[in-house]
Amino acid sequence: MKSLKNHISLIIALFTVLFSVQIYVSVDRTIAAYETRLKNDYSIIVVSSKLLNVSEFKAMDNLIDRSEPIATDQVLERLKAEMSQKNLDLLKLTLPKFYRLYLNRFPTPYEIEKLQKQLQKNPAIERVEGYAQTHDTVYKLMLLFKDVVQVFSIVIAAVTSLLILKEMRLWQFQHAERMSIMALFGAPVWLRSAVLFRLAIVDAIIATCMLCLAFFIINEYGWMDVLLHTVGIKIQLFNFINDSIRSLIIALSVSIVLTLTIVIGQQEEE
Amino acid sequence: MDKVIIAENLSLSYKEFETIISKASFSIDAGSFVFITGASGSGKSTLLKSFYGAIEPRAGHLTVGGVKMSRISTSKLNFLRRHIGIVFQDYKLIKEWTIEKNVMLPLIISGYTKDVSGAQVQKLLGHVKLIHQAGKYPPELSGGEQQRVAMARALAHNPILILADEPTGNLDEYSSEVIWNLLEGANTQLKTTIIVVTHHIPSSINVPYKHFHIELGNIHEVS
Repeated sequence: MKSLKNHISLIIALFTVLFSVQIYVSVDRTIAAYETRLKNDYSIIVVSSKLLNVSEFKAMDNLIDRSEPIATDQVLERLKAEMSQKNLDLLKLTLPKFYRLYLNRFPTPYEIEKLQKQLQKNPAIERVEGYAQTHDTVYKLMLLFKDVVQVFSIVIAAVTSLLILKEMRLWQFQHAERMSIMALFGAPVWLRSAVLFRLAIVDAIIATCMLCLAFFIINEYGWMDVLLHTVGIKIQLFNFINDSIRSLIIALSVSIVLTLTIVIGQQEEE
Repeated sequence: MDKVIIAENLSLSYKEFETIISKASFSIDAGSFVFITGASGSGKSTLLKSFYGAIEPRAGHLTVGGVKMSRISTSKLNFLRRHIGIVFQDYKLIKEWTIEKNVMLPLIISGYTKDVSGAQVQKLLGHVKLIHQAGKYPPELSGGEQQRVAMARALAHNPILILADEPTGNLDEYSSEVIWNLLEGANTQLKTTIIVVTHHIPSSINVPYKHFHIELGNIHEVS
């Protein structure tokens, strides 16, 4: 029972570390997906007095990914009833060219400002419209959220690592007698500490399985998917192959490094 | 004759100004049976500890099995200990291991296969009359039985040297007899060097032996 209690303490601590890391990864993924969505939705409108092609736009600023001319036919169609064909043709010739510019990533307000200035340097460009304000507020909020989650994850990881270290100190005391008897008969350090390493590895595997199970349940119930869908994001919160492998590596690394710390500490005491 | 232990001006102490053994010079021949006696607190056990590297010489030189014990490295110490069998007054058995696994400990450390160590353990448990207790755990055994297990463990890997600290201190007559018979057998049949720290040399001992006595930090051979 006592041994089970010790196992559970370490498993819960490891699970907390893994969960906080996974939450951070999921938030990062969500923000990256939101960024992509913003980037795809976002465009700059440019009014030019002459025809411009994409390479000319790209030459002005490498943030520009592609350009799309905005057709004026619809506007002219509406004026058809009020104007003669001759006047319409004249208007068509004098009407400036409208372009929608798409960027290769979502820009910061500073970058938008810089880009606007850069475009306005071209004598053919008469007007540039950024429309960044609405997107920018939400995006900044998300970045703030990401930073908060990051800080929170680091704090949780640090605190739980200390808890794990304490837990392993307890293990060390429990196994100290056996380890010292083995030392009296010339057992090398790795053999004396084999039990500690075995426990650490088993607990790391169990903690990873628990994490997979937790995210399986989250995925299965789907309420996170619904929440993300409402903000127009569709992502996989937990990738069962990549994320479980990464979590297992983290859990094993944390538990093995901490076991090593204990073993080296005990050697110095000897 | 080869010397298993050579001490030259050996001084031992736990604290800086508290010398327990002072400038002792002596040697122990390979294959001999040695008793070390002395009053309580005279330093018998401390001297024995220095033989298996639990305490380092404060001054002078100590060589055990050809290995110098001053500033000995961990790997050298482990190597030496794999050739020594130790019997403690408090048995020092691993409580969560079965009797069989406890006896097997030195063989596990030395890397013997399960077949070899299993056969050796069965043989030794037969010698100490505990074959029927193989699957039990140390707390389930009496003090005498536990010491017999410790004795079997000390003999398991055919060590060159057996160090025994008050091996029959608190034991019943039967267990004491088994222990002394095993120590005598190891000495006469396997030529193992035996060093026993004790208050009294048993009158029943049937092998020639050397006797060192410790008094006020000095060691002298009793003729």
